[in-house]
Amino acid sequence: MPFIPHTQDDIREMLDAIGVGDIEQLFDEIPPGLKVEALAGVPPALGEMEIQRLMRDRAALDAGHLNFIGAGAYEHHIPAAVWEITTRGEFYSAYTPYQAEASQGTLQLIYEYQSMMAALTGMDVSNASLYEGASAMAEAALMAVRANRASRSGRILVPATVNPAYRRVAGSIASGQGLSFETVPYCAATGTTLPAALQAWDDADVTALVIQQPNFFGGYEDVAALTEWARAKGALVIAVVNPTSLALLTPPGQWGEGGADIACGEGQPLGVPLSSGGPYFGFLACREALVRQMPGRIVGRTIDLDGRAGFALTLQAREQHIRRSKATSNICTNQGLMVTAATIYMSLLGAEGLARVASACVRNAAELVGQLASVEGLRRAFSGPFFHESVLQLDRPVGPLLESLAKRGILGGYDLSGDYPELGNALLVCATETRTAADIETYFQALNDVLREARVA
Amino acid sequence: MSTIPAELKYARTHEWLRQEADGTVTVGITDHAQAALGDLVFIETPDAGRSVSAGEACAVVESVKAASDVYSPVSGEIIEGNAALASQPELLNSDPYGAGWIMRIRPAAGSETSALFDANAYQATLED
Repeated sequence: MPFIPHTQDDIREMLDAIGVGDIEQLFDEIPPGLKVEALAGVPPALGEMEIQRLMRDRAALDAGHLNFIGAGAYEHHIPAAVWEITTRGEFYSAYTPYQAEASQGTLQLIYEYQSMMAALTGMDVSNASLYEGASAMAEAALMAVRANRASRSGRILVPATVNPAYRRVAGSIASGQGLSFETVPYCAATGTTLPAALQAWDDADVTALVIQQPNFFGGYEDVAALTEWARAKGALVIAVVNPTSLALLTPPGQWGEGGADIACGEGQPLGVPLSSGGPYFGFLACREALVRQMPGRIVGRTIDLDGRAGFALTLQAREQHIRRSKATSNICTNQGLMVTAATIYMSLLGAEGLARVASACVRNAAELVGQLASVEGLRRAFSGPFFHESVLQLDRPVGPLLESLAKRGILGGYDLSGDYPELGNALLVCATETRTAADIETYFQALNDVLREARVA
Repeated sequence: MSTIPAELKYARTHEWLRQEADGTVTVGITDHAQAALGDLVFIETPDAGRSVSAGEACAVVESVKAASDVYSPVSGEIIEGNAALASQPELLNSDPYGAGWIMRIRPAAGSETSALFDANAYQATLED
């Protein structure tokens, strides 16, 4: 399909037709104080040669490290076929196609993706994806406020064990729309949200409760008890989940009596490389009763005039090209290419393969944490089981230690002291199925060496 | 030509209102409105007990090509939404003044309907 830009004459003709002098005038309704004339920190344009060099140098920074950082983005093995197929020209678009007659392949792929995500989360319906996990959680909060008509407060309870980046993004996106996010403290011994911590809101009007499973510290929340507390008081439950872990854990649709209402999260673990932080994709699924409050594209299966099965965008009256300012979201497209990779990844692994990946993560992380916690000066911060990451407390600042490890080619974990100062010198470490026993041994030896040198110095 | 029953009152935004003997009012959208929207696929009715102000959006009608808010023509309390529309939204196309009613409202004391149009005046707004 060729892209044919408008000529100056076309533009002039259109402006004349609506009686507007120039394109800038179309934006007059935005108050001048809100306009940003120039973006700070964005450098001037570079030529192809310079940009190629820059990208090569940046890419080199990603390579050659032994990675033990999780904290929301996870290094998994991606079968070679995933991106071989994904990067075929036919799939190469980030956009969701409107034209069913020209886009059956892409539409079917998205439909398969939605079916897999609905099955994985145990929910009735999934959308075609959102930008990434953090904004998916913000959209879920906005959706909960629209859906929970009995609640008028817009109060969303968010445990401190939810990814801090997600909490900041949700605050940025949704606070201006009348939502208030209140933090539920965690238990210092277990690193999880105790149901008793919710008693402070027993008499409050709560619109929704967010529960992250496994939580940011890698531990398991008592999702059944938390869900049932919310249900008993008419609050909706928003599950933030790791898709890999769902191969082993109870899916949100089956949490407690009745399950969660909305499940969302970061889709990156499903076949998307770390690539310095993006592009990733967010997923969002819900129970059928809430589907008209769901943001984003949804592909449905239908039949054509001759009775043959086909696929088309559906429930579009939620979206901004129809509902304008009252649309469920201004997110009007999806991460089509990332979703293509995720769909192929899930197809290749299957339910059993994904469960094997998840089990290997649990084993390797247990081995890693067990070894590191045996090093003098380190101990586990919390008791209890964990998925593929956990928190260690150190007898010295984390930053310099991580720098020393990085010099030895090891990315030793995520420094928690900025987000959780109350934990002191705390480090979140992760091992997925990609970390071998030899990798863990390498980390263990390097850590011992670095600490010995530091003590001598 | 759309049907505009003489005994009803009308809002500029295409809602109709029928004064019932028990003091409540029944509200729906006009034949003109349903024809303009096309085949309706979903209608969101308000929950009983909700209080609404005149002009407040309190229901949504969604067709294959558009979605529109329905505004309450009076201030008052919602007594009932038409539950039949949940499974049969097409009732609103086939019988907009009968089985396709959207909600019943108990008007608040002093809530006025005199600003609404009669059938002739509503007909005139359609011809503008």
